[in-house]
Amino acid sequence: MIYAAGIDVGSTQTKGIILNDKLEIVARALTDTGAYVTRAAERCFAEALKTCGIGREQVLYVVGTGYGRYKVTFGDAQITEISCHARGASYLFPKTRTVIDMGGQDAKGIKIGIDGDVKDFVMNDKCAAGTGRFLASAAEALGMSLGDIGDISLKAKNPVRLTTVCTVFVESDIMSYLAQGKKTEDILGGVHSAIAARTISLVRRVGIEPEVTFTGGVSLNIGMVRALEEKLGIKLNVSPDSHFVGALGASIFALERAAKATGERPQAGISAGPAA
Amino acid sequence: MAEAAVAAKSTYQGQMHLLQKEMMGRYFERMTRAAEQGDGKAVYMLISGNPVELIQAFDLIPVYPEIDALQLAAKKSALPFILKAEELGYSMDNCAYVKADVGLFLGDRKTPFATIPLPSLILCNYVGCNVYLQWFEHLAEYCNGQLYNLDIPFLRDPSGQPSPEDITYVVRQLEEVIEICEKLTGKKLDYARLKQIVSRSSETGEMWSRIKGLTKNIPSPFDAYFDSVTMMAPLYCLRGTEDGVRFFETALKEMEEKVKMGTGPLPEERFRFIIEGPPPWPYLRTFRDMFAKWGAVAVASTYSTVGGLWEFGFRHDANHPLESIAQHMLQWNVTNRNFLQRYQQIRRYVEEWHADALVIHSVKSCRLFSAGQGDMREYFTKELNVPTLLVESDLEDPRYFSEAQLKNRIDAFFESLEHKKMVRAGAEAGGAA
Repeated sequence: MIYAAGIDVGSTQTKGIILNDKLEIVARALTDTGAYVTRAAERCFAEALKTCGIGREQVLYVVGTGYGRYKVTFGDAQITEISCHARGASYLFPKTRTVIDMGGQDAKGIKIGIDGDVKDFVMNDKCAAGTGRFLASAAEALGMSLGDIGDISLKAKNPVRLTTVCTVFVESDIMSYLAQGKKTEDILGGVHSAIAARTISLVRRVGIEPEVTFTGGVSLNIGMVRALEEKLGIKLNVSPDSHFVGALGASIFALERAAKATGERPQAGISAGPAA
Repeated sequence: MAEAAVAAKSTYQGQMHLLQKEMMGRYFERMTRAAEQGDGKAVYMLISGNPVELIQAFDLIPVYPEIDALQLAAKKSALPFILKAEELGYSMDNCAYVKADVGLFLGDRKTPFATIPLPSLILCNYVGCNVYLQWFEHLAEYCNGQLYNLDIPFLRDPSGQPSPEDITYVVRQLEEVIEICEKLTGKKLDYARLKQIVSRSSETGEMWSRIKGLTKNIPSPFDAYFDSVTMMAPLYCLRGTEDGVRFFETALKEMEEKVKMGTGPLPEERFRFIIEGPPPWPYLRTFRDMFAKWGAVAVASTYSTVGGLWEFGFRHDANHPLESIAQHMLQWNVTNRNFLQRYQQIRRYVEEWHADALVIHSVKSCRLFSAGQGDMREYFTKELNVPTLLVESDLEDPRYFSEAQLKNRIDAFFESLEHKKMVRAGAEAGGAA
């Protein structure tokens, strides 16, 4: 049995996936990235190995992805998370044509082809509107946990119309709504709605073609899933592994390369993917 | 294959680069002499469709504040000047060329490459950018200098042609500029000399155009973005002079040699792209290496046509010097053209220069050049099916350059092109079998 791993070093969290040669996920690991990126990647990989109880030497190929991909010093190759999210999303939902990925610092739209290849992509530029960071700022202003705000936002009856999608100014905006006596759920309804609108206008630049798969850490937020679905008028694919899609895509590329190197084919129909 | 390209960094330095250094060194020395010893008079101008021939005819020194600003940026010394201008009240969003130059102008005007002389004439030869117009007005205000605004009508007709009245309108203004220069230098215009200068410009345009045609070859002998900038300085500062002609003779010969030998700027040319927008001067090398890593070579660029667009046939005409200068200013530079003409220019590049992709480098502090690039991206990706990448930083302000973000986008873009290439190669191999 051969194994391959994908390590996605994001701005906030580092995700790791180990696959076996049947393309089955045998381990997942999640750690905070923090200031020591290389260590975070190593820690994440070690945790994943521990989870599935295999030795380091059994993992034939490791692909690093995410902003810290070049810090995955034990990796055999680096591939951007754009290619990895596309590949991971199309593995989980083979009919995916559009990926909306919302992470800690990035929001992106990826248009993908039938074999999971990237046709086009668009990302937010030097502005954290539409990213996890915006939601974190909103949660902080309200003194809530990031994990709770999605559920609470669904209770909104009269969502406020947020005047800013600026991550820096959202806190003062929220303060002014609180001062006006607005309900927390209505403020959060407004926050989710504003970010959904902003993200959709970004992703529309590549064209939104169903099926749409929502990935990245923010896809765990049910309020954001519903806000996007409502505005798009379609259901989104969201996997319990959404958070790991970048790492998953990286591990698929890694497995293909491992297979190429050993002459074994993991599964028909998967190409070797982009070079790094 | 790509692994081999990873190590690729362009270190190509040819005869052309050395000669450029030497000639531009002399040009900067001339500026310093004017500034420090009062030897010569300077005329400030803008790059867009510059009428440098008139200035050369009076032996005045053409000084381009844009070149001064970009030199500062390339030498990583722009930021203190930008901050100085911001202290004075120039907005963070204001054109960073303007801010760097204003910061420099209001100090001792000493730079690592020259001391910039005060202007004897501030000749604003491009009004397509309102900020530029005000830039020169500010400079005139700061030094109580003489300002002349050449009002060059934008190409507003759908045909993309100037009207005969447009040409007359510009020629009349050029005649006024001649009068001013005559007063400034105390000598009448030597018309025969002007014709000779215009004739050299025509020769230069012909050679530059042929050089640009050489990048149609596979591999391209040079990078039409990163190496073109080496040729652009002589094109604007030395056009019409003997040095200018000699530079382009050398460059043409060198590039033709490279074509014969089948060599390019990188060990292997794997991708050919067209690039739109000015370069990020403070990080030029870093930016270049992001493409070199993928074996990607720019085979044409719109930026190299800001000062003049010669590769589609325009030549100065020594028999009609003023009219041809007017035509150059009106029609034959990318910035005075309408946006649809810019699309068509890029489209021709993609088709005739056999490019795989288009890269748009959007400039944060120049909304004028960058507005519309979102639509441009749509047009090329959706209507023409040309893979297009839009990245953003700045031409001057180092604070807008986010290396990790740019690298991520560029890597992802070439990963997808790599994949396409592989699929295509697979299909061809399958078809052959």
